[in-house]
Amino acid sequence: MTSGTRLQGPRNWGDLGLHAVDSPIQRRDPRIRVLLAGTLAVSVVTLDDLLLSALGLGLAMGLVVIARLRLRAVLAALLALDSFMVLVVALLPFSVPGEAAFHLGSVAATWQGLETAALIALKANAVLLSTLALVGTLEIVALGHALHHLYVPDKLIHLFLFTVRYLGLMHQEYTRLRQAMRARAFRARSDRHTWRSVGYLLGMLLVRSLARSERILAAMKCRGFDGRYHRLRHPPLERLDWYFGAGGLTVAAGLVAAGAL
Amino acid sequence: MAPLFALRGLEFAFNAQRPVLRGTDLDLHSGEVVGLTGSNGSGKTTLLHLMVGLLRPQAGTVEAFGRVRCTEEDFRPVRARAGLLFQDPDDQLFCPTVAEDVAFGPLNLDRTHPEAEAIVDRTLGTLGLTAIKDRVTYHLSGGEKRLVSLAAVLAMEPEVLLLDEPSVSLDDAATGRLIEALRKLQQAMVVISHDRRVLEALATRYVRLEQGTLRTV
Repeated sequence: MTSGTRLQGPRNWGDLGLHAVDSPIQRRDPRIRVLLAGTLAVSVVTLDDLLLSALGLGLAMGLVVIARLRLRAVLAALLALDSFMVLVVALLPFSVPGEAAFHLGSVAATWQGLETAALIALKANAVLLSTLALVGTLEIVALGHALHHLYVPDKLIHLFLFTVRYLGLMHQEYTRLRQAMRARAFRARSDRHTWRSVGYLLGMLLVRSLARSERILAAMKCRGFDGRYHRLRHPPLERLDWYFGAGGLTVAAGLVAAGAL
Repeated sequence: MAPLFALRGLEFAFNAQRPVLRGTDLDLHSGEVVGLTGSNGSGKTTLLHLMVGLLRPQAGTVEAFGRVRCTEEDFRPVRARAGLLFQDPDDQLFCPTVAEDVAFGPLNLDRTHPEAEAIVDRTLGTLGLTAIKDRVTYHLSGGEKRLVSLAAVLAMEPEVLLLDEPSVSLDDAATGRLIEALRKLQQAMVVISHDRRVLEALATRYVRLEQGTLRTV
């Protein structure tokens, strides 16, 4: 039944369908994973050598294997990135000046352009894959906590967690309204009636979200909320976490050093 | 003994043409469970919100725990001592995990972390929810959400419970579990419900909200 599955749809908005598999990476501390993902991304981005970037991509693929990600979820994420990358990679050879590699009509594709395109594609995929393996496997909640312990401002984290918590709910509200419209034989056409109805739909969604946010605030006040936000404790780092972090940092430093030689 | 709540001549209108409450009186004594009934839109929820100061009356007084309450400052302690269970658990559960949501109230009341964790364990244990302690709140079923939001209110150890349609959208089994849990509690309560089963299991007396005033039934 399509309508039933549709309603359930993305109950779970912040979730890419990646986690819940036990893996050596899944057992590591979220803080270390967030830090490592950032460091690896930065070190890969600084590279300007094709071989090293390819090595970076290889390492990222290794992480994906260790994290035991579902192939389909990874491919879906790659597709989203690479469908955009295709454009960049297709245009760069023609826009970077240099020695002509081949001609397409009267426009020349340059070796330098080809190299830049390959470099960008390799690095983008390496960053995406390592981030997926390290951070994408975190429950949103754990990610929020990790960011808190890494001194990211609490306001930003609350915004992030609240968005995740209520985005799904808003989407459900949207789907319910859409179904109610369809139940009365609404079909999107390109006429005034359609535009007005879609306007009503968005307006109603806005009003409902506002009302809900007021009810949430009221519920929070009922439980003594006064602007501060407390949190239950975080488990301490294990020795393995330190090893994992140190190993990752060494690899990142090695990449940068090799690039600088 | 002085009543826990004494509402006198409450008047309230969202819109001046159609007042919701016009001179409502209600006393709540310790040990009693008041079943509050009335048709849709008669102002039942509004009345509960007035009791904990989420709304302020245009006329009349709210006396809670022996003092007349007027300002936000006055109402803060009232909200800790009178726990309001919202109609929609999704409005109430906003923390990522069950444990954190239940701990939210106690931590706001300046309990230490170990104390809060002890309260969480105890409250979840009483309601038979220990198994879902670390679950993510948006993955819970409707019945679980309802019980967790009740746990979140109970964790503040209130003296009074204000329940706004606690069994709405629950199936028979879940309603049964909820009634079971509520029957074990000692607190005085005001229960809004359209569900005969809930009212018959809990209420010690009934009032009906009609035309903005309360009538004993």
